[in-house]
Amino acid sequence: MSILVRNTRKPDSISQRAAWEEEPGVVAKAGKFLILGAVVLAVLGPLYTIVLTSVSSQATITQAGGLVLIPGEITFAAYQQILSGGVVTRAVLVSVGVTATGTALSMVVSVLCAYGLSRPGSFAHTPILFTLLITMFFSAGIIPAYLLVSSLGLINTYWALILPSCISVFNIIILRGFFMGIDRGILDSARMDGASDWRTLTQIVLPMSKAVTAVIALFYGVGYWNAFFNAVLYINDSAMNPLQVVLRSYVLQGVTVPGQIDVGQGAAASPALQMAVIVLAMVPILLVYPFVQKHFTKGVMIGAVKG
Amino acid sequence: MTIETEKPSPSAGGDKTAAHSSGSAREPQTGKKSQTGKRLQEQVSGRPRAGRLARFKRDRSLVFMALPAVLLLAVFAYLPMLGNVVAFQDYSPFIGFADSPWVGLDNFSRVFGDPDFWMAVKNTLVITAFQLVFFFPIPIALAILLNSLINPRLRAAIQAVVYLPHFFSWVLVVSVFQQIFGGAGLLNQSLRANGWEAVDVMTNPDTFLFLITSQAIWKDAGWGIIVFLAALSAIDPAQYEAAAVDGAGPWKRMWHVTLPGLRSVIVLLLILRLGDSLSVGFEQLILQRDAVGAEAAEVLDTFVYYTGVQNGDWSYAAAAGLIKGVISLALILAANKVAHIFGESGVYSK
Repeated sequence: MSILVRNTRKPDSISQRAAWEEEPGVVAKAGKFLILGAVVLAVLGPLYTIVLTSVSSQATITQAGGLVLIPGEITFAAYQQILSGGVVTRAVLVSVGVTATGTALSMVVSVLCAYGLSRPGSFAHTPILFTLLITMFFSAGIIPAYLLVSSLGLINTYWALILPSCISVFNIIILRGFFMGIDRGILDSARMDGASDWRTLTQIVLPMSKAVTAVIALFYGVGYWNAFFNAVLYINDSAMNPLQVVLRSYVLQGVTVPGQIDVGQGAAASPALQMAVIVLAMVPILLVYPFVQKHFTKGVMIGAVKG
Repeated sequence: MTIETEKPSPSAGGDKTAAHSSGSAREPQTGKKSQTGKRLQEQVSGRPRAGRLARFKRDRSLVFMALPAVLLLAVFAYLPMLGNVVAFQDYSPFIGFADSPWVGLDNFSRVFGDPDFWMAVKNTLVITAFQLVFFFPIPIALAILLNSLINPRLRAAIQAVVYLPHFFSWVLVVSVFQQIFGGAGLLNQSLRANGWEAVDVMTNPDTFLFLITSQAIWKDAGWGIIVFLAALSAIDPAQYEAAAVDGAGPWKRMWHVTLPGLRSVIVLLLILRLGDSLSVGFEQLILQRDAVGAEAAEVLDTFVYYTGVQNGDWSYAAAAGLIKGVISLALILAANKVAHIFGESGVYSK
């Protein structure tokens, strides 16, 4: 992106209105906060009611007539039920496993490639870069991709959920842009001291790039966690389904959540079970997001801009 | 994003011939002119230019580092490109690529004569156009609004909230909408509780365009502001001050300073979107196609998926997919050309 990103504002200082800037009128001010408030509410409102419903008792849900807006009786029965073995539990394990393995593999491959390409003028730099970039402009399509995965014998294996989406050229370009921006003097002095490229990467470059690697790891991790279509395409064995596919079958296709039919004592309410599956699909993202979020602008934009 | 690729410098050619003639890994002796070129190169890249073999020896660890990614792309991106030969065959999985009969362009003429294909094209373009008008401007407006907040803490907090839905999966987003607007959802529950008619939002083909656009806005409009915020922070505050001193009010400043400052980003994103016209929320649509029917929800990608993977008409679907891929490529190149004409740098520079 050919824009120059200079953060002219220091993030933590309360900046003052400039002397020439007029105080906005009451109407303008109110309108501004009304709009922004509505935007924030539109994002958080649905999440609030879904989380609340997932921990509400049948009585509270019946009383509310659907989703719960005002907290009533709180119970974690729904979570106990779906996490005590069965389809959802297995799907969570599949998703966690695929996400962890996939993210680790993606990061190793991408960081290596980005560093390998971070010095224009090095051997085969341009041909390799072009090999990567072309795939951003032309993709083969669903059918040949499916035929390939099936002829490699990867159908119904977890590798089918990892390998085809293992690298994102976009992410590599962001990393590369960041690596290229590292002060040459530091790298040169490391080389003078006899550090190999491997050592420079692991001991100097990576420790300097924590923010951008965290953001890229988040991108990859979210990608694996959220992947839905790859599983529909490549996995036929329902026991191997990741959480997103299970979520779709329970919430969108109306399949009954296991345990929903038991009306025995302590059984969770059926809306609560559905909401609990939705919350499970959100939780990992909500857990990681706050730590990585503050690096978005710094890590990503600068990388992309220099890319 | 402009991807700068190293232009082959004049000295690189000289090096090549020199390396061949001397046949050794030693520093090639070239003329005085390319010596200065070399020194320049040295300053730019920080690595002295050397003969090809010497450069390989020096850079081989860099090449090895890039290798795994290249191999993965070779298998999972380039091999499938070759796999598009099935579009010219009457492919059957039981016979395989090698023995399936060749049929020339038959599949393509079938595709072009298929009303279902044209319906998918129409839906795709309608969705793209609709979202260009109703989705595209929202992040720009939000970014300007957010940028006008004085308190940086408040601004950071709102940013953190609006970026969040971008990281949810489509299954999750559609599920959330289902819970709020579905037949048994929050909205209809309260409508019925107050004695009103329930409204059909999630399965109504007539309003489907609004539905998927609001879903896209909920998920991605917040994330879209990140690049505009970056561009806004790059505008020199002195420009605002100068405009204010000259008597420009807030609206005039927005029109004459803010929007021109965003111009190149807007053009760039517009180009990217236009180049991507034929791809519209594949996962989003495949999740809802059953609920509203193909009439409203069939787009090119879902058409390829259903005819190929679901109905086993591999060659036919591959032909449709290949048409889409080639046209998309042409659109990106054309859009980029247009950007160059307008003096913007576009997606890549030459």
